[in-house]
Amino acid sequence: MKLQKATAFALYAVLELAAEPGRQRTAVEIADKYGISAHHLAKVLRDLGRAGLVEAVRGVGGGYRFVGNAKRLTLMDVIGLFEGTSAEADAPTPGEGQDIASGLRYVLAELDAQTGATLRSISLSTMLKLVARRPWESLAAARPARPTRAARRGP
Amino acid sequence: MARRSTTLPPQASGEDPTIRPATLADVAGVIGLDEEVTGLRKAAYWQDMFERFGARRRDQRFFLVAGAPGHLDGFIIGEVRAWEFGSPPSGWVFAVQVRPRLRVRGLGARLFAAVCARFRTAGVARVRTMVARDNAVIHAFFRSQGMMAGPFIELEMRLD
Repeated sequence: MKLQKATAFALYAVLELAAEPGRQRTAVEIADKYGISAHHLAKVLRDLGRAGLVEAVRGVGGGYRFVGNAKRLTLMDVIGLFEGTSAEADAPTPGEGQDIASGLRYVLAELDAQTGATLRSISLSTMLKLVARRPWESLAAARPARPTRAARRGP
Repeated sequence: MARRSTTLPPQASGEDPTIRPATLADVAGVIGLDEEVTGLRKAAYWQDMFERFGARRRDQRFFLVAGAPGHLDGFIIGEVRAWEFGSPPSGWVFAVQVRPRLRVRGLGARLFAAVCARFRTAGVARVRTMVARDNAVIHAFFRSQGMMAGPFIELEMRLD
């Protein structure tokens, strides 16, 4: 699954803010950390504000702060504000007699069900705990090193 | 199978219930708690579960309860399974239940931690479970404990 830019920015922002609920962060601070457009992120933050997940704080030291419930809000709740997650919906609707197309949609629906269940099961709080554990590091350590191009070509 | 959310609200007494291995005296409480949550009374099923997981091979099978025999607040059941398809033995959790009025207080997490501690003592390095895809509550609970998708995919087909 490939997230659209706005969705990824929203997840970065909402998780950054939820990690320290009492702290205000500006769009520029968050954008600098991830090397993304502050202008685009500011627009995303306004959308998150309209959805009631963050609140703009005006004045000196202003910015945004998280005002949602990190134990209840899921990744799907955030993603769903910006895009759908259906691979099945992206496939053309099969016409009469197009059984192969219908079969492909049936398989894609299985992927959608799995994707949706995963994204609905991970709250922002759970996601922050996962980030703190850094499980990708042990995964990378266990993975065999990829051969270089020269090694793949052989002698 | 009884599976429910585990983050539980504070108890009236303010004290955490003791987590301990189930005894025969707890079975009635398990039956009652399951009936309270599911609306179904399955006395024979829970009697059988106790005989299989609470009374035999107790170094590999764990039927743990929280609370006093006359008033259980929750339970969890798991076992070490040799597992299929070449996987080394692992812990397998297949039931967890917490009294609804006590949820959102961490009792489920304590039950899960207790069974995981016993799995470690039994010498296994992983714990697994299976959840219904549409049961977001229990799925979220296991995720919140640190569980991720494993290397197996559950498959099924109709036999009609």
